[in-house]
Amino acid sequence: MKTLKNNLKSTFLILLSTFILTGCSKDDNPAVIIQEEVITTLTATLVPVGGGTTITFKSLDLDGKDGPNPPVITVSGDLLADTTYNGSMEILNETESPAEDVTEEIKTLDEEHQFFFQATNSLATFTYVDFDSDSNPLGLEFTLTTSATPSSGAIIITLRHEPNKSASGVSDGDIANAGGETDVQATFPVTIK
Amino acid sequence: MKYYILIVACCFINIVHSQNCDSRFYGEVHDFHDGSPIIAATIYIETLDKYTTTDIDGKFSIANLCDGELIVSVSHLGCETKRLEIQISGDSFYVINLEHHIEELNEVKVEGKTITKLTKTSQETLLKTDAIERFSAFSLGDALKQISGVSSINTGNLIVKPVINGLHSSRIIVMTNGVRLQDQEWGIEHAPNIDLNTVGSVNVIKGADALAYGGDAIGGVIILQPSNVSLKDSLYGKTIISGHTNGRGFSLNSSLTKTYKKGWYLGAQATMKRFGDFETPDYNLTNTGLNAKGFSIKSGYKTFERGFNFYYSYLNNEIAILKSSHIGNIEDLVNAINSQQPLVVEDFSYNIEAPRQDVTHQIIKADFYKRFKKFGRLQIQYDFQNNQRFEYDIRVGDDKDKPAIDLTLKTHTIRTNLKVDSKSDRIYKFGLNVGYQNNFANPETGIRRLIPDYDKYDAGAFAISDFRLSDKTNLNFGLRYDFSRIEAKKFYLTSRWEERNYDVDFSNIVIDDLGSQLLTNPVFDYHNISASAGIAYKINDNDSFMFNYGLSNRAPNPSELFSDGLHHSAARIELGDLRMKQETSNRISGTYKYNRNALSINLEAFYNLINDYIFIEPTGTELTIRGAFPVWSYNQTNASLLGLDVTANYKFNEHWSLNNKSSFIKGRDLTKKQALIDMPSFKTVNILGYSNKKWLQLNTELQSELVFRQNEFPDNNFNVYIPTIDSEVLLDISSPPPTYHLLHFQSDITLNLSKQTNLNIGLNITNIFNTSYREYLNRLRFFADDLGRNIMLQVKFNY
Repeated sequence: MKTLKNNLKSTFLILLSTFILTGCSKDDNPAVIIQEEVITTLTATLVPVGGGTTITFKSLDLDGKDGPNPPVITVSGDLLADTTYNGSMEILNETESPAEDVTEEIKTLDEEHQFFFQATNSLATFTYVDFDSDSNPLGLEFTLTTSATPSSGAIIITLRHEPNKSASGVSDGDIANAGGETDVQATFPVTIK
Repeated sequence: MKYYILIVACCFINIVHSQNCDSRFYGEVHDFHDGSPIIAATIYIETLDKYTTTDIDGKFSIANLCDGELIVSVSHLGCETKRLEIQISGDSFYVINLEHHIEELNEVKVEGKTITKLTKTSQETLLKTDAIERFSAFSLGDALKQISGVSSINTGNLIVKPVINGLHSSRIIVMTNGVRLQDQEWGIEHAPNIDLNTVGSVNVIKGADALAYGGDAIGGVIILQPSNVSLKDSLYGKTIISGHTNGRGFSLNSSLTKTYKKGWYLGAQATMKRFGDFETPDYNLTNTGLNAKGFSIKSGYKTFERGFNFYYSYLNNEIAILKSSHIGNIEDLVNAINSQQPLVVEDFSYNIEAPRQDVTHQIIKADFYKRFKKFGRLQIQYDFQNNQRFEYDIRVGDDKDKPAIDLTLKTHTIRTNLKVDSKSDRIYKFGLNVGYQNNFANPETGIRRLIPDYDKYDAGAFAISDFRLSDKTNLNFGLRYDFSRIEAKKFYLTSRWEERNYDVDFSNIVIDDLGSQLLTNPVFDYHNISASAGIAYKINDNDSFMFNYGLSNRAPNPSELFSDGLHHSAARIELGDLRMKQETSNRISGTYKYNRNALSINLEAFYNLINDYIFIEPTGTELTIRGAFPVWSYNQTNASLLGLDVTANYKFNEHWSLNNKSSFIKGRDLTKKQALIDMPSFKTVNILGYSNKKWLQLNTELQSELVFRQNEFPDNNFNVYIPTIDSEVLLDISSPPPTYHLLHFQSDITLNLSKQTNLNIGLNITNIFNTSYREYLNRLRFFADDLGRNIMLQVKFNY
């Protein structure tokens, strides 16, 4: 029984010292996590076919998806009725300096991305101009054709990562069955005159 | 050399031996605690039909005995008569120490299962092995719902957290095998890491009266104890196998224990569970499977006077979370709530895909105890727990297989307990504990940490006294002090830091400014005082009542303090608050027990006033570049909880019985003068039982479970702008689901294969009529129905 007690005593001492040692270590600071694949900025540039004022839509959210600040939405001007615009998209990560051009990454991984365009009040219709290596739509280049009558509403641009491009309607630009993860969703208030 | 033989349930013997046939069996009988002689104890030699009683000095003698083995039974008033085998060779002098306190003998027993309650004046319920084994394939939370007043808060049907009188998570202490479970219990989607198959009995104590376990159990304490180890040369075990139609699952558990008369023991146990997708009456719940593996080993040396125990357990749960509950932004949530159908329904599969959890919990425990004659019992224990939690969300690109959450929580605790019980009418318990906890959030996830790295230091001390004023009256007083310090290193987004106004209140804790992020070093100290007082009074054999008061304080947990961003698996932004204060609970309770012939009734009422009650509720939306997300914020208010739990049992005859368990609770936010969120609704369970020992010990039960709609809830609904339809839509995140009624059937028979072995076969059907329903306290109620019918066949083999 004596040896048993001694054994127990030493076991407890060892445990106790482990306890104290682990208790006193570590004064280092944890590593900061810089979120990868952050998107802060979406800019759609709309150039009217046959000349006229170029319109830009911009959504800028410098504190990203975790931050409390809402994205700043800017629309540079009104769209003209019954007009076709050639659209192009630029996606940036402005938390880095200089800003990282995410557009290039989307181009490289074009099968994994697709933009979707929606308009309220039948303000406009959209067609895809660029396609990925599987001939499915991508949407970095697109056309926007405004309705014939002046009105106002919103245009919603969504970028999905890893959508199911073969799902019903997706290649026609219908987001309903697309799945995947939303990288960007921006709503732009527009007026057509 | 003396050696010890221990008797059954009540008695304890100490033997010296010599040699011959004309032998005399003589000795003394003493009370173990104060050493006083016990008068008129009966010493009965069954084999020879001879008996004697002890005299006024506690002495006895039986002459003219032959050498050999004798079967002796020793009994005394207040003790059960039990048999004891002893060797006689020559004149043998025995000192027999009788043990009056039955509960003391839980630690050492030769046979039988004298599992007792741990408190005399608290609202305590005991679940024995039989009641637990039925839930071998399920979780702790499921098993505890048998108790009136205990419900659960769920994420699906596999993540089940017990709710005691409306309170859960950090407000409940789970003690397993003497170890306070530390497994990141703060989150609603963090279920207790317990394998029920390691558990022999469960005591549930409502409220914070059991101060020996901790001062912050505002809700209650759940004490899980392993099966008792018998003190005889024996090898025994059991195997439980069950198959289930819903989820097409099986569960297998097996245990084996070797014991020695001298007190040594060695045991091992292993469990395996595998389930695929569960189903509702109408559709599959895609991605809801389970893969669980666990084992434990125990060893030690136990006698009444001293002993030590070593315990190790490993449990890994891989739990799939309903695929439809993964939502992108708030539009998906609106669609899910309004469609009332899961968005993803696929064919049955055993695959466990993201979103999923993979949690491993390990416990190492060593303890030593020594009992001192005429004084009491001292115990010292060390335990270490390692909790590794991975949460995988649906991620894309290179991060596909990376967890979104990767936390390692390590906890060391040393505790000592001293029980002074030399006077059976005045028992004192003292205890000290110190603990160190470290949480490490792995940055490899690439996602900002929701719970930061932190160190936590705890120290506590308590004193409890139990007084028996008379056979009718018991009193209990307890006092406890706890200190805890949390030192965290936490990154905040600068924009969040400013939005929360922390730049005004906490500018001194910023230790590094990285531009868009700040590294902060919050250090918080909490001093908690808790107290309890209780009285139990027995009016007569039929009626008794208890009255209790408990004061307790709980320090805010890391989630309540530090949450500050998108919780991916919940698709919501969760915001804690560094300004959180401790919660203070004042709880009074009264219990009335009625017991006459066939009818027994137990009424438990309570009123719990909680100042600075911390709760999480939906508070709006935040718009980000990815769309809008719902925001859930931790807030504090003054709250009151009022409730009544009823258990009634009526025996028609030896075969038929009727049992009712009902619980009612009303939770109020006293500041806002409205109902509290997430309170269990009124529930009543009626059980018609039939049992017949002659028919292979048949037990059958038909159970009706009626859960009413929760009509008292705060209205946290708000309008959400949905861009794709260009309009505002009401997000109904508050309305509870309707009343539901379920019928369950349960039956089992036992076949005795030999003296030592038996086979128990059970057939259980839950939700017999395959009723569609949703439960208010299931977080996945927004996305899908609850479970449909399940038929379970369980075979239990005891050997």
